[in-house]
Amino acid sequence: MTHMLKLLPATLTAFTLLAPVTSLAEDPANIYYGLQIEEFEYRYGEGGEELFAYDADAFIGTDELKLRWEGDGEYDINVKKFESLSNQLALQTPISDFWDIKGGVRYTSPEGPDRWYGVIGLSGLAPQWIEVDSHLFLSEKGKLSADLDMEYQILLSNYLILTPSASVDVAFSSDREIGVGSGVNSVEAGLRLSYDVWDRAFSPYVGVVYERKFGQTANFIEAEGESADIWYAVIGAKFMF
Amino acid sequence: MTKTLMRALSLGLMTNMGATLLPVLVYAGTYDLTVDKVLIDTGEFTKEGIGYNGKSPGPVLRFKEGEEVTINVANNLDETTSIHWHGLILPYQMDGVPKISFPGIKPGETFTYKFPIVQSGTHWFHSHSEFQEPDGAYGSIVIEPKKKEPFRFDRDYVVQFTDKHPHSGKRIMRNLKMAADYYNRKQQTLSDFFSDVKKNGFGETVTGRMDWGGMRMMASDIEDVQGFTPLINGMGPDQNWTGIFTPKERVRLRFINSSAMTYFDVRIPGLKMTVVAGDGNYVQPVTVDELRIGVAETYDVIVRPKEDKAYTIFGASMGRTAYARGTLAPREGMVAAIPEMTERPLLTMADMGMDHGNMVGMDHSSMKKMDHSNMKGMDHSNMKGMGSEEDAFYAVGSGLAPAAANGGKFLSYSDLKAQKPIYEHRKATREIELRLTGNMERYIWSINGVKYEDAEPLKLQYGERVRFKFVNETMMTHPMHLHGMWSILDVGAGKWNPAKHTISVAPGTTVYSETEVDAEGQWAFHCHLSYHADAGMFRKVVVEGGPKSASLNSSEEGVLQ
Ligand SMILES: [Cu+2]
Repeated sequence: MTHMLKLLPATLTAFTLLAPVTSLAEDPANIYYGLQIEEFEYRYGEGGEELFAYDADAFIGTDELKLRWEGDGEYDINVKKFESLSNQLALQTPISDFWDIKGGVRYTSPEGPDRWYGVIGLSGLAPQWIEVDSHLFLSEKGKLSADLDMEYQILLSNYLILTPSASVDVAFSSDREIGVGSGVNSVEAGLRLSYDVWDRAFSPYVGVVYERKFGQTANFIEAEGESADIWYAVIGAKFMF
Repeated sequence: MTKTLMRALSLGLMTNMGATLLPVLVYAGTYDLTVDKVLIDTGEFTKEGIGYNGKSPGPVLRFKEGEEVTINVANNLDETTSIHWHGLILPYQMDGVPKISFPGIKPGETFTYKFPIVQSGTHWFHSHSEFQEPDGAYGSIVIEPKKKEPFRFDRDYVVQFTDKHPHSGKRIMRNLKMAADYYNRKQQTLSDFFSDVKKNGFGETVTGRMDWGGMRMMASDIEDVQGFTPLINGMGPDQNWTGIFTPKERVRLRFINSSAMTYFDVRIPGLKMTVVAGDGNYVQPVTVDELRIGVAETYDVIVRPKEDKAYTIFGASMGRTAYARGTLAPREGMVAAIPEMTERPLLTMADMGMDHGNMVGMDHSSMKKMDHSNMKGMDHSNMKGMGSEEDAFYAVGSGLAPAAANGGKFLSYSDLKAQKPIYEHRKATREIELRLTGNMERYIWSINGVKYEDAEPLKLQYGERVRFKFVNETMMTHPMHLHGMWSILDVGAGKWNPAKHTISVAPGTTVYSETEVDAEGQWAFHCHLSYHADAGMFRKVVVEGGPKSASLNSSEEGVLQ
């Protein structure tokens, strides 16, 4: 987080430096900000695994340029360690009506070795209201990987919302040190039923999550005595401020 | 206010004598307004907001045509404020738009507005700073004409509609930027899908949903901001503002829509309304059962309740998510039934402006599909009363085209004809196309694809007559407001076209208005939906070459410092 805070003023200066190029009126561009926590949940796995998982996202900036922090993590409650922990800071700009590109850095620091990555990403809204977020990562070890997240909302009512989601992690070469094999590494599918209790600011949910590791990654996991695929029951809440 | 009232009273006396003895005497009233933090109680919630003289809405300012008004505005807020006199023709330095007409009124400062009143009728005033207007900073203006009014009335009430939201304007804007559908709680759900399947079959329903989904737009997107409580003169539906009448009296109602975002369909079940003025200018009387008042518009109507009973003034929001309610009654405390809201409209493909540029990518086969879904849209929207005449100010097949709840006459812009044209009719000297553009998903609103912050001012020449061509390429209805000069709405009536200050442009339509450029200086020109204006559907207009323009340039420094 500290590096993010240091970067923030620098990036804001970048806005003001960029602004005069396009701005003709004396009004400066409006600056907006927001924080969303899409997942903030307790997961109970088949074999008695207990996890705490979160997926959050904050931004500040204009319509044209935003600084976006994305963070997610999975904490294993039983063994008291982070299975995954990642923070990403990127600049984001629109490239079409519904799509943005972003570029920045990611830092993963779960139990075990840490990694820095350079990131480029594409996010937006695909036809039929499918939210898409994808990234291409190049690690400090020169390894290339990618992820893809998709989400859709089914309105059972205007407050009771069923959200199927899916994500895929792919590596183009293996990084044995952090337990990543080349190929499709893992797939996670979720189905969450939420209710908007307080505007869209607080929406508790229950759901299920299925996670499956593949190939070498699965081998690495199984070597540690864990199962390569697992079902979780989840309970948590979404936040938006 | 007391001091002001006394002064106004003594002036009134002088006036009466003056009319015969001193014809040269000019009325000169002084009015004091304070801008304050206030509490607004809607009956459903209480919210801190901004008001004038300790209240929201602020007072009714009663001016006289020909008066030279002095208005002292003291800012008791801890932020800059401003007052714009909506619809008043005045020198641009008095127009009250920060950064365009003046620097704004700093905290603790008092700014003195001074200008002659050169018109009459129903108008209003509001802050033009930040989101103070949605937060409650508005009031009304009633200007008594020099000449006798061209209609009779025994009672006279201001009926000011607003849409008070439990969230502050700033918060609403931020939420819309985070999720454009943040406040849309009337989206089509799974059960709507199943009932449509039952009605129209599976194939049609899926195709229809896919057409909207393909565009990533929502048929339910009529009101960006829902969850507000509509108020009449600051009172919610349960607080029931009441105007007293004696049966058979003619009651003049001055409808003003000071909402941030909400159009209202207004009716008084059991009464016909005779529209006698629009945006403060007399129109040839037209009797209707219902009318739609766009944001920032005003209409004066005369009603004549004959029976000794109460009548409900009912204003359903255009998207049917809420209603305003007031009462006309012979005695205090009487109420009438509150009518049901008619069915909630849905946008159709016609509202998506199929003819316009943003739909270029569509091929013929999908056009056919769309036509089909249009028809469906028409079926379940409120087209009951539409049989004979279509409203030219809505796209053909529009889901928004209004119909009177009782099947009677609904006011159309086409019905508005000036009582007495302000200007001699002549051909416009030039046409300017203003495409109303936006991106709902990003909540960006613009003109010709350019937001205010990126736009060059629009330059007009003093003395020209400009024809504005508004092409609405978005799915929203935009009330376009030009400051300082009249917008003569082209309803096809030539010299009888009505002069307005706010022109509502429905989705998928092209609307023309003409402006006699007779006011030099710099002016604002914008969509009057608060969050559209702030997002960028706004232009600065500069009128050049006027008689005073030489001195104007040199004095500009002084004015703007
Ligand atoms: Cu608008």
